[in-house]
Amino acid sequence: MKKNRNVGIIGVGQSFHSSHREEVNQPEMIHEALAEALEQAGITMDEVDCIVHGNMELFEMVHQPDLWHSIGTGAYGKECMRVTTGGTTGATLCSAADYLVASGLHDIVVAVGFEKLQEGHTTGGITNMADPLWARQLQTGALTGMTADAMIAEFGEDRAKRASMKYRIIMDQHAMKNEKAHRRLGLDYDQAEDLMVNSPALVGELRMIHMCSQSDGACAIVFASPEKAKQLCAQPAWVKDHITVHREECFHLFGDAPVLMTHKYAARKMFERNGITDPKEQIDVFEMYDPSSWWGLDWIREFLLLEGDEHLKMLENDEITIEGKFPINPSGGVIASNPIGATAMIRVAEAALQIMERAGDHQVPGNVDVALASGFGGTLWTTLHLLTRAEPGTS
Amino acid sequence: MARRVGICAVAQTDWVRDRWYDRFQGMALEVVESLQARTGLKFTRHEPGEGIDMSISVSDDVFDARTISNNAMTDVLGAHMGCEEKVAQNGIQAIYYGLAAIASGHHDIVLVLGHCKESQGKSRNMVTHLSFDPFYTRPLGLDFCAAAGLQAGAYGEKSNITDEQLAHIVVRARERAAKNPHTASLEPVTEEQVMASAMLADPIRSLHEHPVSDGAVGMILAAEDIAKKITDTPVWITGVGNCMDSFFLGDRDLTSNFALQKAARRAYDRAGIGNPREAIDLVELSAPYAYQLPMWMEGLGLCDEGKGGQWINEGGLEKMNVNPSGGMLAGNPMILGGLVRAAEASLQLKGEAGDRQAGSPQKALAHGVMGPAGQFHSVVILERS
Repeated sequence: MKKNRNVGIIGVGQSFHSSHREEVNQPEMIHEALAEALEQAGITMDEVDCIVHGNMELFEMVHQPDLWHSIGTGAYGKECMRVTTGGTTGATLCSAADYLVASGLHDIVVAVGFEKLQEGHTTGGITNMADPLWARQLQTGALTGMTADAMIAEFGEDRAKRASMKYRIIMDQHAMKNEKAHRRLGLDYDQAEDLMVNSPALVGELRMIHMCSQSDGACAIVFASPEKAKQLCAQPAWVKDHITVHREECFHLFGDAPVLMTHKYAARKMFERNGITDPKEQIDVFEMYDPSSWWGLDWIREFLLLEGDEHLKMLENDEITIEGKFPINPSGGVIASNPIGATAMIRVAEAALQIMERAGDHQVPGNVDVALASGFGGTLWTTLHLLTRAEPGTS
Repeated sequence: MARRVGICAVAQTDWVRDRWYDRFQGMALEVVESLQARTGLKFTRHEPGEGIDMSISVSDDVFDARTISNNAMTDVLGAHMGCEEKVAQNGIQAIYYGLAAIASGHHDIVLVLGHCKESQGKSRNMVTHLSFDPFYTRPLGLDFCAAAGLQAGAYGEKSNITDEQLAHIVVRARERAAKNPHTASLEPVTEEQVMASAMLADPIRSLHEHPVSDGAVGMILAAEDIAKKITDTPVWITGVGNCMDSFFLGDRDLTSNFALQKAARRAYDRAGIGNPREAIDLVELSAPYAYQLPMWMEGLGLCDEGKGGQWINEGGLEKMNVNPSGGMLAGNPMILGGLVRAAEASLQLKGEAGDRQAGSPQKALAHGVMGPAGQFHSVVILERS
């Protein structure tokens, strides 16, 4: 692949995330994110060429919401595009913005993802994605207990349950450093024993404490051409590459037979074409779309192409904390904040903030030259973004 | 811009009132198989240049009554372990997206596929009602038809549009529809029937509105060097432009064509067109309501502002080759209007439009619209090799 031209992220904005943003309507909430992103980029709407917008219509039951939201996105008089791909929407918006700038069509594109889950029924909305004849009776929204079962079978009940609780507590400790995060519970390790038994069970060993939130929130990212990026931003986060991989059949359709995960496949493909042979060494921080602590933990192995219990050892050896060797989700991740149409974009945004050294209290202490962000959605869909400190092709 | 992008092949199903016997996957598969047969292309997984390496679907979760309705399309679109995205806007925007994806260097061959079954809903108005904000405008009972009524009244006054002229537009559209094998199921009507049809939102009558229909449409886009290998008659996408107007109707001058003028100017500039009246040989315009046909022609700069009525009387529709396909009044779903227009314009440029072929145009304009009273417009300029 020869990219027509490079694209840099020069500004990131997020609203505050909460279960109930009743004091703002949808465009107002989006505007919070947009205003912050423009401010960080040091530009006004006059300099923006195009707005890319996305969310899922059946969550809030607003048809073509980009029309109404133009009040908050600043789309009036601009070029626009609307893209939706389920949970990956936010990451797809970043891919689309990258295409629009890299193609030369635009110099500055703002991607805007949002969801106000309070205004609808999230689990009902997700269940409604299943085929009405064949699968809807089986779908339980995003609640899937199978990974917990599989991990318990593979690693033993005690080790697996402790690991998923430790993952959860690490994420909460990260969220405590992120003032934008929705759920900041202040968990400590001495609560693990209690929570892993007493947190209400959702499906099997997937318990309330393990599961992501339903949030109201928005995210906006400013993408710029190389000339604009260098002119406007001391340290842009450059979009090195991204990849999207989908598959259709439901999770574990064939019983316990191992399924080639889109996560692993996407990571392998993208690493191959970017010369990444040792992801743990070559990537400095990873913002992962982790819908539950069981999935987050399991997926470390998929994304980093690890074998056996290497991912559990990373966790048990404190490697994935902000101060660790391979920090994962310094923002607190999806378990902390999950406004679905924005969630995958927040991963890219947070990865960019780490490269730009603008993550504030949750900035990782080490150098961040390469950051990875993942989006997850649909029926096993993956979108991966690879961001770098150095402009691609120049280092 | 970077490398040129061409449309290599287009395909569509017939547009029928109620495709009760088909799921949306079935309609889409018919189009995908047709495109593959025309181009000999296979699907590849992230192997650029070898086959279709990106699929873009166009659909509407509310019309489909399914969250993330493209999750049911991955296999149909050949995207198992591959790349598939969804444009949830007027279908013409999938061309904008595909163009950007190829010109960026990320992808070489893109499948675009739009599908919709408007028949599944009790009323299109129930869907478009939900486009209005829940606080101020939804409680008024607005939908796209009611908003169009407000615009039609204001525009008709400005440009002297008569009920007879609107009836003429509808009759002509249905005459064209009869020559288009994909819309042949639509009955012809007389001007008297149009003028006697029920009033929906004064001055819009029921026959002024595009008929409810089901179907799918698709195309293959490819980078220049590859497009030339796939087909002898690629159609080049030389200009794109779109624009969003204000949301609240009261914030707009409904007759100003603000968004369309800007969208068209952007597309003309990118295509290097100074005087569109000389440059454009054929127009495929999305006019879901009859009054919009002259109004959008004014917005495109192809007819003098305020002179829409006179332009119709002087035979503007024929002189400018507007909608030889019949246009949206011959029937295709709202969300797909612009994509079908671009497909029809491509057929004309390729010389493959059969009985509806209108000469041998060199440059064509395709147009899509979305939102109440044309809040969003998108324009694409296409050229034959």
